[in-house]
Amino acid sequence: MGKLSRFIFTSLVLFILWLFLTSTFRSQEVLIGLIFSLAIALFTYNSFTERGLQNLNPRKVFCAFLYLPYLLWQMIKANFDVAYRVLHPKMPIKPGIVHVKTKMKSDLGKLVVANSITLTPGTLTLDVIDDNMLIHWINVKTDDVEKASEEIPGVFEKCLKEFLE
Amino acid sequence: MSWVIAIAIIVLGVVLTLIRAMLGPTAADRMVAVDSMTTITTALLVLLALYFKRYIYLDIALVYAVLAFVATLAVARYMEGGL
Amino acid sequence: MLNAIGWFLIYFGAFFLFLGALGIMRFPDVFNRLQAGTKCTTLGALSTSIGVGLLHPAWLPKTFIIALFILLTNPISSHALGRASYRSGVKLWEKSVVDKCKEFKECVEEENE
Repeated sequence: MGKLSRFIFTSLVLFILWLFLTSTFRSQEVLIGLIFSLAIALFTYNSFTERGLQNLNPRKVFCAFLYLPYLLWQMIKANFDVAYRVLHPKMPIKPGIVHVKTKMKSDLGKLVVANSITLTPGTLTLDVIDDNMLIHWINVKTDDVEKASEEIPGVFEKCLKEFLE
Repeated sequence: MSWVIAIAIIVLGVVLTLIRAMLGPTAADRMVAVDSMTTITTALLVLLALYFKRYIYLDIALVYAVLAFVATLAVARYMEGGL
Repeated sequence: MLNAIGWFLIYFGAFFLFLGALGIMRFPDVFNRLQAGTKCTTLGALSTSIGVGLLHPAWLPKTFIIALFILLTNPISSHALGRASYRSGVKLWEKSVVDKCKEFKECVEEENE
């Protein structure tokens, strides 16, 4: 991708972060933030992003905004699940480590899928080796690779493939 | 009054994780307890900022969260044997 | 109205922070503790800081940044801890059902050295 678009994307993200941190629109603050975000982006754009301004494609942004409430809902469900298991006097847990295959190709896709798996009910990503994921499951339903792949990352990948691949 | 209840619940959580950090049979148990304790403490610092009505305390919470993340990664790398 | 929502979020978060700590006390092995610790503390810290932001709307941007930072980094640090504790030879709970990790040589080579 073009170096310029990557550079612009990095400085845009840094500048928005600065605006959030200072939370004023006074001209001196905004000016110094602009200067510093351009200077930092000059050194770091290479490792910050791979696709630059393509990330701001409206379709992708829309998918990301749809994905966020879904993730929040899953997190709330996960918390009530943990609450049930903690407060139950007999602790109904049946833990184990299962093996799951992911369909995501890019590193960013794997990162987002692994983080989402960690935040959803009863699962925790332990290791990612190429496209194999090792997942600690607090209530193992199946130890078959295909069935577990359907059960755990299946729903997420359908959402995420839209805006990450 | 409502402050006291919210802050007391969170402090009780910090105490529980501290007990686990003292009891924990292995180093990994202790580190897991300390990692959760740092996140709980971040929330506690945000609440304290509201209690003392000081905007500047939010910066402390932010810096604490950043440093705790780096510290956890460093200890994890050390336990794995790569440091 | 905003006040009520803010207080509700703060109490909701405080309750789940406490539950996470209780889970760390009660669960039997490292990985189960990591589950309770990560999920409950992430949502708890998130909703507490957003709740504080709603009580003081001028603070909302910074509390939003704190919440976003916690949401991004907490799963990563728990993943690093879980992986490190498996590779450093921590045993699973004796009542665990399966352990597919043994099939991968990347996971167990640390123990053989």
